Amino acid sequence: MRFTFDGADYDARPGDTLAAALLRNKIHLMGRSFKYHRPRGVLASGAEEPNALVEIDRGGARRTPNLRATVVEVFDGMVARSQNRTPSLRFDIGAVNDLLAPFLPAGFYYKTFMWPVGAWARLYEPMIRRAAGLGRAPELADTDRYTQRFAHCDVLVIGSGPAGLAAATEAAATGIRVILCDEQAAFGGSLLSDPSEALATQLAALFANPRVTMLSRTTAFGIYGDNLVGLAERVTDHLPDPHPALPRERLWQVRAKRIVVAAGAIERPLVFPGNDRPGIMLGDAARIFARRYGANPGTNAVVVTACDTGADVARDLAASGIVIARLVDLREGFRVTGTHGRLRVSSIEIDRGGTRETIACDFVAMCGGWTPSIHLYSQAGGKPRFDPGIGAFVPGTEVTGLTCVGACAGDMPPAYRAGVAPVNAEGRAFVDWQNDVTAKDLKLATREGFRSIEHVKRYTTTGMATDQGKTSNINALGIVAGALGATIPEIGLTTFRTPYTPVTFGTLAGLSRGDLFDPVRTTPMHEWEMARGAVFEDVGAWKRARYYPRQGEDMHTAVARECRLVRDTVGMFDASTLGKIEVVGPDAAEFMNRVYINAWTKLAPGRCRYGVMLGENGFVMDDGVVGRLAQDRFHVTTTTGGAARVLAFMEDYRQTEWPELRVWLTSATEQWAVIAVQGPRARDVLMPLVDGQDISAVAMPHMSVVEGTMLGIEMRLFRVSFSGELGFEVNVPADYGHAIWEAIWDRVQVYEGGAYGTEAMHVLRAEKGFIIVGQETDGTVTPDDVGLGWAIGKAKKDFIGKRSLTRSGMTGPRRQLVGLRTDDPATVLEEGAQITATIEDRRPLGHVTSAYGGTTVGHSIALAMIEDGRARVGATLQVRMPNGAIPVHVTAPVFYDPEGARLDA
Amino acid sequence: MKLIPCPICGERAEIEFTYGGQAGLTRPADPAATTEAEWGAFLYARENPKGMHRERWRHIHGCGQFFNLTRDTVTDRFIP
Repeated sequence: MRFTFDGADYDARPGDTLAAALLRNKIHLMGRSFKYHRPRGVLASGAEEPNALVEIDRGGARRTPNLRATVVEVFDGMVARSQNRTPSLRFDIGAVNDLLAPFLPAGFYYKTFMWPVGAWARLYEPMIRRAAGLGRAPELADTDRYTQRFAHCDVLVIGSGPAGLAAATEAAATGIRVILCDEQAAFGGSLLSDPSEALATQLAALFANPRVTMLSRTTAFGIYGDNLVGLAERVTDHLPDPHPALPRERLWQVRAKRIVVAAGAIERPLVFPGNDRPGIMLGDAARIFARRYGANPGTNAVVVTACDTGADVARDLAASGIVIARLVDLREGFRVTGTHGRLRVSSIEIDRGGTRETIACDFVAMCGGWTPSIHLYSQAGGKPRFDPGIGAFVPGTEVTGLTCVGACAGDMPPAYRAGVAPVNAEGRAFVDWQNDVTAKDLKLATREGFRSIEHVKRYTTTGMATDQGKTSNINALGIVAGALGATIPEIGLTTFRTPYTPVTFGTLAGLSRGDLFDPVRTTPMHEWEMARGAVFEDVGAWKRARYYPRQGEDMHTAVARECRLVRDTVGMFDASTLGKIEVVGPDAAEFMNRVYINAWTKLAPGRCRYGVMLGENGFVMDDGVVGRLAQDRFHVTTTTGGAARVLAFMEDYRQTEWPELRVWLTSATEQWAVIAVQGPRARDVLMPLVDGQDISAVAMPHMSVVEGTMLGIEMRLFRVSFSGELGFEVNVPADYGHAIWEAIWDRVQVYEGGAYGTEAMHVLRAEKGFIIVGQETDGTVTPDDVGLGWAIGKAKKDFIGKRSLTRSGMTGPRRQLVGLRTDDPATVLEEGAQITATIEDRRPLGHVTSAYGGTTVGHSIALAMIEDGRARVGATLQVRMPNGAIPVHVTAPVFYDPEGARLDA
Repeated sequence: MKLIPCPICGERAEIEFTYGGQAGLTRPADPAATTEAEWGAFLYARENPKGMHRERWRHIHGCGQFFNLTRDTVTDRFIP
């Protein structure tokens, strides 16, 4: 296999990671560090790698930054590039930062880039982001496909090393459903360095078991409530030419009765001056590269160790043909005092009792002990405890439904139990490779007063970024504890958060992109409205036609024309989005009495009433016309946005407070298409369509309802008006909505009428002073505040919210609904603008709630909520507009047909 | 995502439910007879315990029923 790295062509073997292939090609320099742009090689061999971050470019939008070279699988023709360097990895001008290091200690940007304030966003932040950083984000939209699966199992085993394999095999033997996942391409974990017949047999048995699901290249990145585990499966990234039907990645949401975490342990680096040069790596990583991949990291090694695994590493490296220049055991009094080599380590300096020695080498293996991977255990709510023998945290408290096994449970051979390794913090001794945090930075943070490890982390950034401190956290804790004279358990541990390793947005989003991102609700007339060029607005999830511009019309002109149509002849309006609830049962009227402020008992079948609903706190929550269809049946309408909330509110009281009432509630919002026909010609339009139904003013007065048919289709016809004109609302089953709309449209054409949208509807209702809940009201408004005190059923002993209307503060001076007029009839006030008594007085008396130009009354209008507003009618106040205050005259909130004569036409 | 035991449908994912606040509040039979303080407490005073919390849930995307559960607010687990 061939691949390129920074344009140069290299060989790879099947099964290689990019890091292994580069090492076999004697390439150690793989990246530049985040802050100082120091040359870096690989530190580790797996998911914990902090340094070797690369970009894989598959062309076009398929360019992925910040991938760990130790995880990326090489395929034939792969194009890989290093990051965070200009112009090249070998010569990077950003490395000047390293010379400035004495001036760039922990938290330097909190101290340095303070002034002037405005320079932060324009100058400092963009500069810092360019200079310090990771890869380049892709610029094109992701063209790949991602899928999601849900799965259930009895046991989910995470990790396929010896402990995980044993757990999976044991569980599978009992015939239960098992899922075994591993982040690597192959199963076996640490066994992969010594592949055996036994491993092959064990894996074959698991693969052959139909009750076992084997997921490789699959990272368990997070544990959520009640054993829900998120798995990210990389399906095609390792393939040179993936089948187009395959998704790039797959998110598994697994609900497991039992989780077995067999995540293993991560080796710790040693902290000494110059420990970050390319060629200085973890001992186990060196061993894995040499034995599993046949990619010796060099020919002449120094092994530095704080525990007995050093001898094992030296032996295994020697067995791979590597000369061991020296095994330096820190427990024998040695200290590492420095290293040399610009782009790769060439020698290491050690010291014992003042005797210095420089040893030439071409790589260094560090054995600093092992840290159990308790990330998932901790995410699941487990409280870890510190194990001084291991020198790290291990699972402490029990977690229901979760077991840790193997090294992540602290179950490791004595040689691996290294305790806390000694630190030489002189010079540039790195603790966190990815964030360029040195031991000195951590000590500085403690000197500057940071005590909590959480604060030290935020100040120094240790343990942050893509590797989340997998190799650095324990060393950082030890240094902070030492500086504060405390123990590691006293310092505590930073929180383990999801995800364990980075997960792509694509995997999390799955199919929820573009049109599938958010559901859209459309009415039966939507296609018609689209065809007529309607401009839509979003109301909740609904798409509503806002206005229907004709050629050359802007919104203002179109809305003004639509308003005129309704006033002069007839307009039709798609009101299908109105919430509709069928309230049915022998106790329906009693239920309505309790829920609404209005009185319902005496409302005769065939009549309607404008209903107002309060919260228990006495404030207006929703409104809408209610028709009584029969003694035991009400057709309730709600605001478009309030439908679900109102039904849930009613259900709550029905189920929990008044279970004795025989009443049932059914949402009918989507069942009925609603066509409002409004205007002086509304009756003429409908007359021939209603199959002989008498809809004369006598038979069907304002606020009445009949059930009949329209062109043979079931119909509920309401005579109601939200425009102030003679008006009807035709309800027909949704499936017939479009056909009936077309039939009415033909009739409307006879009278030179037309369709109008929500904007004209708003203007028309505002001219009449009809409120919109959520526009005039804001959850602090009583019925009386908006002039609806008349609607309260005075004889009723109780209804929801009644008691609150007499609480203190509810009856004193309150903001009330009024109208506002400007001197210039063309001036349209700003909705939300504050209102004061005079220009000098800055105390707000209230605010503008609705304001419109293009009205049918010859001047702009506004509604406002103003303190003691009704007593101020006739007064002049000031509205604080963006360009200064302008005077307004307070009026009654009704600008058109105040007597309501047109409603009764 | 937690599993919530609906007494009618069995265990279902949390996404199917809405939270209904503290359980056991009863609307006064005659609100007009309550004092200002009593009514104020009914409206606004709620427990906020560290530990066991008796609370209402509604299986809104299932059977639609309200029911009560006890949850340990420390562990965020329901107590049978």
